[in-house]
Amino acid sequence: MKVTLEHLTKRFPNRNKKIHEDVVAVNDFTFEIPDGKLVGLLGPSGCGKSTALNLICGLEKPTEGKIFFDTDDVTELPPERRGVGMVFQNYALYPHMTVRQNIIFPLQNLKGKDKITKEQMEERAMTAAKLVQIEALMERKPSEMSGGQQQRVAIARALVKLPRILLLDEPLSNLDARLRLSTREEIRRIQTSTGITTIFVTHDQEEAMSISDLIIVMKEGVIQQIGKPQDVYEDPVNLFVAKFLGTPPINVFHARVAGGGLYLGEDRIADTKAPEGPVTVGIRPEGFIPDPEGPLACKLHRVEVMGRDISVVSSHEASENAVIRSIISSAESEVVRALLADDSKPPKAAEESASDDRIVRFKIRPAKLYLFDTETGNRLEL
Amino acid sequence: MKQQAKGWLYLLPALIFLGVFMVYPLIDVLIYSLEEGYNFASQTRQGVGLGNYAYVLRDPYFISALKNTFVIVIITVPLSTSLALLISYFLSRITFLRQAFQTIYFLPYVTNTLAVGLVFMILFKKTAYTDGMVNVLLNFFGSPSIDFIEGPYAAKMFVMCFYTIWVVMPYKILILTSALASVNPVYYKAARVDGTSSLRIFTRITLPCISPMIFYLVITGFIGAFKAYSDEVALFGTDLNAAGMNTIVGYVYDMLYGEGGGYPSYAAAAALILFAIVFTITCINLLVSNNKAGIGGAA
Ligand SMILES: Nc1ncnc2c1ncn2[C@@H]1O[C@H](COP(=O)(O)OP(=O)(O)O)[C@@H](O)[C@H]1O
Ligand SMILES: [Mg+2]
Repeated sequence: MKVTLEHLTKRFPNRNKKIHEDVVAVNDFTFEIPDGKLVGLLGPSGCGKSTALNLICGLEKPTEGKIFFDTDDVTELPPERRGVGMVFQNYALYPHMTVRQNIIFPLQNLKGKDKITKEQMEERAMTAAKLVQIEALMERKPSEMSGGQQQRVAIARALVKLPRILLLDEPLSNLDARLRLSTREEIRRIQTSTGITTIFVTHDQEEAMSISDLIIVMKEGVIQQIGKPQDVYEDPVNLFVAKFLGTPPINVFHARVAGGGLYLGEDRIADTKAPEGPVTVGIRPEGFIPDPEGPLACKLHRVEVMGRDISVVSSHEASENAVIRSIISSAESEVVRALLADDSKPPKAAEESASDDRIVRFKIRPAKLYLFDTETGNRLEL
Repeated sequence: MKQQAKGWLYLLPALIFLGVFMVYPLIDVLIYSLEEGYNFASQTRQGVGLGNYAYVLRDPYFISALKNTFVIVIITVPLSTSLALLISYFLSRITFLRQAFQTIYFLPYVTNTLAVGLVFMILFKKTAYTDGMVNVLLNFFGSPSIDFIEGPYAAKMFVMCFYTIWVVMPYKILILTSALASVNPVYYKAARVDGTSSLRIFTRITLPCISPMIFYLVITGFIGAFKAYSDEVALFGTDLNAAGMNTIVGYVYDMLYGEGGGYPSYAAAAALILFAIVFTITCINLLVSNNKAGIGGAA
């Protein structure tokens, strides 16, 4: 099922009674979600993700705009007639019902020609339970299950009606780190095996990047960018998106363009056709190549070995943050090791020495270097 | 061991207090109830046995009090609880003037019983000048006047139950309103996505979620109604036997201090019979509520 939003807008009266200006939770959403895709709706807390999901689901009525499922205009339809399944942030399993009763509950609401027999209900519930692998827990109460199991039950309950669209609101935020990893794979698996168009909301960029076919990055009710996770990561439209995606986060510098060159402090790190004046520069951690001849001279703080890669923590006068984090892949790490060896100190010891006056020089990968307008944050051509 | 001793030491003040004011009187009442022909003035007795119980159970005044108490309990507890549930449910659904309604419904709770009794007098009592407001209304619709305070038993019982329900409802509304507000709204959202009807949402989600509170109200309601007395006095005066509206607690009181009083043994026996009844009913209530919680009650 393809989902199309046209100029979808939702305003709330401000909760703070003293402020009369409305809160625009969702501002002029226009996009199309292709059939059978897993889409991550991504943004910081309070940016209107849940509101957007509630609009698609039908729990909230839009102030303006239209929603289409395929070619059906569902804007005015109540949730139950839209054919959506929703998984809520805290699962919202009915605490007094067993897993079986929870899963069957939506089926018992079916009316008219959709009505099905008890046996069919049992069968559908069992199918849904098998899909999320909780068929052994059918007689348990929600309070007798772990968060991950409750999550699966919630998904089974959402899927049992065979919805056209599955909506998940922060499905992983209540799980601990390990469960989060496995559960997100699980969601991906369920989505792939059912082929159901799925929209899931998260404030965790890693989560969205790892399993989505498409991500939608939003900020304060406004869509910033839509695209394949890798594309958005590699080609952010503005500083917000660039900062929001990626771990470790992008390194931001106050820079200036002068005489066709891009200067970080005194270091001319690249040629540029951008207009003269101050600009903001973002460099991804993997955009630094250690090179004794490199143009960017940073003060070395420490080196952290993380498995195959090593991470160099340094600082620069033009940096917005206190430290610059760069990830050096094993292939290039020789230079850093050599640098450390130069000082005839074993790397181990260097790691521990908190700070000294050594300088590390980097060359910058042009593809990992982004220019932004300092005022608007919009991307500029390099 | 030492820890335990310490624990008991901390409990000691409370234990002494409970012993002096709860356990000792209870035992004393039990002893009184078993002393036959006890004379309060001379502190003498004729024997020990169940004679007092036999007397009380054969006393027509006690039988009448027992009957009245049961009628009040059986009518007022279910009615007041379900009415309170209905009112708090609708209160929870409106936003307009909700605060105002909540205050109004709560007023009887902070009003003195006797003042409420006075209001009911104006509503129901016949005087030289008027038949009471309710009768004025009845007359308006073409029905003859009914004497609610000194008339037929059914009329008096109606006023009695009306009054009791009116007095106990505010507290129940208060409890149920907060119970309803404490149900996680996300359950209702989930139910709406699944197209659940309002009735089904109420019976399958709301009720189970607030069932512990309902059981609490039913149990305390039973206990309270069995102990009814002051409300009867407020409506019918102190001579409840003459009015035929006595209750068990009223009977106990009369046996102790009433005009025909001075019989602590009969009073003690009647009090223990009441205790046995309340105890049994509460046990049944608890059994039912635990069972319910096991099947479908809130976790
Ligand atoms: N029912 C409501 N009434 C008023 N304001 C609301 C309501 N729901 C959400 N908002 C506001 O809309 C904004 C977006 O909220 P929400 O969609 O919950 O954000 P998110 O899910 O991204 O954290 C917030 O500023 C929030 O305060
Ligand atoms: Mg949210």
